[in-house]
Amino acid sequence: MINRRHLRAALPFLSLAIVLAATFYVQPRTMSYFGLNLMLQYAIPIALATIAQMFIITVNDLDLSIGPFVGLVGCISATLLLNDPLLGVLALLACIIAYGLVGALIHIRNLPSIVVTLGLSFVWLGIAVLILPSPGGKAPVWLKAIMSFQMPWVPLPIIAAILIGGVVHLALMTSSLGVIGRGAGGNPKALQRAGWSMLKTKVAMFTIAGFFGVLAGLSLLGLTTSADGHVADRYTLYSIAGVILGGGEFIGGRVSPMGAVVGALTLALAGAFLIFLKISPDWQIGAQGAILIIVLAMRALITSGEARR
Amino acid sequence: MSLEAIRLDGVEKSFGAVRALAGVDLVVSAGECLGLVGHNGAGKSTLMHVLTGTLSPDKGNLSVGGSSVSGEWSAAASQRAGIRCVFQELSLCPNLSVAENARIMHKPLSGFGWKKRASDLIRLKLDEIFPGHGIDPDDEIADLAIGKRQMAEIARAFTVMSDPLRLVILDEPTSSLDAVTAEQLLTYIGKETAKGTAVILISHLLGEILSASDRIVVMKDGKSVAERPASGFDRTSLVAAMGSEGHGAHAILASVQTSLATSPILVKAHPDGSSKGQELIVRKGEVIGLAGLAGHGQTRTLLQIFSHDHASVEAPMSFIAGDRQSDGVFNLWSIARNVTIRSLKSFTRFGLIDPAAEASMADEWKSRMAIRTPDMDNNILTLSGGNQQKALFARALASDATVILMDDPMRGVDIGTKLEVYDMIRKEAANGRSFVWYTTEFDELAYCDRVYVFRNGKISDEINAGSISEERILQASFAESAA
Amino acid sequence: MNAALKRLGDQPWSWSFLGATAVWLMTIAFTGGQGAGEILTSALSFGTFTIIVGLGQMMVITTGPGNVDLSIPATMTLSGVIAMKVMDTDSANMLIGIVAALSASLVVGVANYILIRLLRIPPIIATLSSSFLVLSTAISYGRGIRIKPPLPLADFATVRYAGVPVVAVAVLGLSILLALILKRTIYGRTVLAIGQNERAAWLAGLKVKSVRFATYLLSALFAGICGIVQSGFSGGAALNMGDDFLLASIAVVVIGGTSVAGGKANVPGIWGAALFMYLLVTMLNIFGASPGVRLILTGVMIISVITLAGGEKTTR
Repeated sequence: MINRRHLRAALPFLSLAIVLAATFYVQPRTMSYFGLNLMLQYAIPIALATIAQMFIITVNDLDLSIGPFVGLVGCISATLLLNDPLLGVLALLACIIAYGLVGALIHIRNLPSIVVTLGLSFVWLGIAVLILPSPGGKAPVWLKAIMSFQMPWVPLPIIAAILIGGVVHLALMTSSLGVIGRGAGGNPKALQRAGWSMLKTKVAMFTIAGFFGVLAGLSLLGLTTSADGHVADRYTLYSIAGVILGGGEFIGGRVSPMGAVVGALTLALAGAFLIFLKISPDWQIGAQGAILIIVLAMRALITSGEARR
Repeated sequence: MSLEAIRLDGVEKSFGAVRALAGVDLVVSAGECLGLVGHNGAGKSTLMHVLTGTLSPDKGNLSVGGSSVSGEWSAAASQRAGIRCVFQELSLCPNLSVAENARIMHKPLSGFGWKKRASDLIRLKLDEIFPGHGIDPDDEIADLAIGKRQMAEIARAFTVMSDPLRLVILDEPTSSLDAVTAEQLLTYIGKETAKGTAVILISHLLGEILSASDRIVVMKDGKSVAERPASGFDRTSLVAAMGSEGHGAHAILASVQTSLATSPILVKAHPDGSSKGQELIVRKGEVIGLAGLAGHGQTRTLLQIFSHDHASVEAPMSFIAGDRQSDGVFNLWSIARNVTIRSLKSFTRFGLIDPAAEASMADEWKSRMAIRTPDMDNNILTLSGGNQQKALFARALASDATVILMDDPMRGVDIGTKLEVYDMIRKEAANGRSFVWYTTEFDELAYCDRVYVFRNGKISDEINAGSISEERILQASFAESAA
Repeated sequence: MNAALKRLGDQPWSWSFLGATAVWLMTIAFTGGQGAGEILTSALSFGTFTIIVGLGQMMVITTGPGNVDLSIPATMTLSGVIAMKVMDTDSANMLIGIVAALSASLVVGVANYILIRLLRIPPIIATLSSSFLVLSTAISYGRGIRIKPPLPLADFATVRYAGVPVVAVAVLGLSILLALILKRTIYGRTVLAIGQNERAAWLAGLKVKSVRFATYLLSALFAGICGIVQSGFSGGAALNMGDDFLLASIAVVVIGGTSVAGGKANVPGIWGAALFMYLLVTMLNIFGASPGVRLILTGVMIISVITLAGGEKTTR
């Protein structure tokens, strides 16, 4: 029996399939290793940023600073990491810990994460601009090598996406600790009544988000080869859209790692699709908004059909 | 292991002016099922919160397993001591599966293979309690009907891993179960107690209580007023024990005012949306009471009327909330603003609110309701609970509404305030205003012209003033068994 | 005197003005008193635009937690682009240009509300998605030579009398109007009620849905006004003109003392916060602080303000 929940879960994959099919139809030449690789290049950093956002959304918060954070990581990596690896690693570690501390602050003072992460976005950007007042720096060689690695048969971005989605799925959706993280979003009171610490849970989820943010920044740098504090400004909105497209919800601890990755892929693909459609780049961003709206509208239709319990 | 599961000595708990527990002495022995009954406000749920460590008593002693724990009691301590509680609002994470919710209760369910162990644990227990339950441990809670959710939570409460189970409290556990599963639960309680676990069963279904309990305690007004082995009670004596001895209430209205019988009908509603079942009718100038146990559809009916849902209403309405915080009070505002918010149109000229007119309305109602405050521009939360409630009354009465819906608004209000308000209600009714009054206190029904008793979401009885008696209300409120 | 000072201190907006004054004093101390007036004037000049959108954002945020309008920059840009194109440097077309631009803004407001209400999309995502579409519309419609604003509009946006920008006076008037609406109209009361307790507002007979709708319209309208005036100020509608205004619109609301939990709006606070932010930027520039330091300090400021204020206290 296919219930509506399965329909909703299938929606992101359906959307990706439709966009893919449409792209191939319009430009058959993309149906190649080279074509796919090119179109989905930036999917890896976007997917990683989306996963980071997903961890935050799982505990009923929102991160408006992930974009600038990704840019900051790139700046740190293109300078510090390159020239003094030990210091660079320490700096990146500090970034991850900082994310955890923000989670602690938000929980202890019961703060709205929107406002806190809004302020945080300025802080990340400011540090990035301090490190690199104008775009520059160089990506470490090993990073470039990883990101330009040619996997046989299937383009790297697709493999990476499946890997990322798969690993996070295992961690969050099947592990016993992942249950606690999701429970924290579903019914924080029940979790506390059962003796779990909401503080520890929030800090853990934010720290993991910071970790994926760092991965996103590194992978992006590997692609762009030089760093710019502003390069990932759009990633904040992309990451939120990716999680929602993937079937996640803002409140209730309901997220889908595979869906989030697929959502990110869909958004990355939509841009390429529109180029092939010869739609002017002016409409690229608009189309992404339209896709978001259409998918959410479909979801609303499916949801309103669900029997009220 | 001690023969006593828990013991309460002289436990008291007050919330401001309200004495929720007025000195409770209670013992539950190991292997015993204690049935706990009582009308609204008897103190049952406060007592349970004290037992599970979410509330600490003001006075009195709590002993678990024979040793006192007063002063070091908490939710975590309660869990470790093997006390579990299934409250009426379920403690499940709706986004997780049944097995995952079991994992949350048991820390040792971790590491490799945890899911299988959790699934097995909960499935075995479900099979033990509710054979033929049809629940898959992988089912997501949000996908389950409320009955199955309740089954899952009950089963989870009885699962044991490392900490032994001492006492399981079940608060209206069969409220969402059908007859078959309810029976299965009651049977299981017998099996569980035979193993030495103590059970406290709170239920308004007297048949259940009588059949499942070893001993029954009746609570009223924060105290235990009767305690006997279950065999010493029958339905009638239980009901009588819950009622009052020498209660001071007397019918304020000896009979229905004859003039009301010909008053125009202002409200016609079908509770629960069904077109069969008794209709609710309100005439001009009537004070209609809604009685019965809490949560049996009274508030829902009020909201239905307010939204014109399956209800035809020929008059402007106003709503007085009982749950001030969630339904009534605007925390950031002054008393004056809270009072005038329903009546803004009456002193708006050319789109602008006239501050002088607003202030004078606030002052007028300050004196009419006798709201005790030095200044109506003070924040609403500076008022005592009773006076806040008076402000909400003023809000409704100051408006143009001729039908006033009241959602148990006098809950937790001091007696002095109550009497002032009752007086006001009768005066307004005499002037042609109608009231639909849901109340959980029997005394208040004495001020009503007619009372509808609710049971399981429908009207079970309609009583005219003069025939209103606690006996009759109780009879109509309590069912013989699950409907 | 002490009682008056205490009452002043209790007002949430006084802190932002205090901060603004402190920053201004520090700046002129550094410059030895030079340019004190000019600093204020230019802060007013630039800050005014943030104030316009801040007022709209404030109204949306006040209607309750979770409500925020992320489409403000996009609406602003669209409005500016339409205004410039329709006016086409001709002052005779000014009125029709304004009408066209503001109508487009209202359409955005309606679209936002439809997404939120009909499709039940959370306001963040709804206004986000619509902003993508609106921005695209603006970009594609506005491509080409940058059209200059008609002279009267440019004058209005840039002229100063005795150091006070004319547009600031106009925005002051707008602010006073909004404050009046909040205090003395049923609409204003309803907004404040919904933000405190939506359910209680419904039970008190207030028109929750219509007021929500009107508020999203208002925010879009103010964004539209800002777009027109900003285009006049900058000599045309740049396609990235809205970029800084998203975070800025939320920042002035928060720093100005409006509660993010809803139900409490603070109009003077928007002014204090805008002045504070621009004076801070000026001070840091004069001190020679790098743009990075400026950004970090802005962020730290926002975080500090909200941390000190603390979050919603749960009543249950």
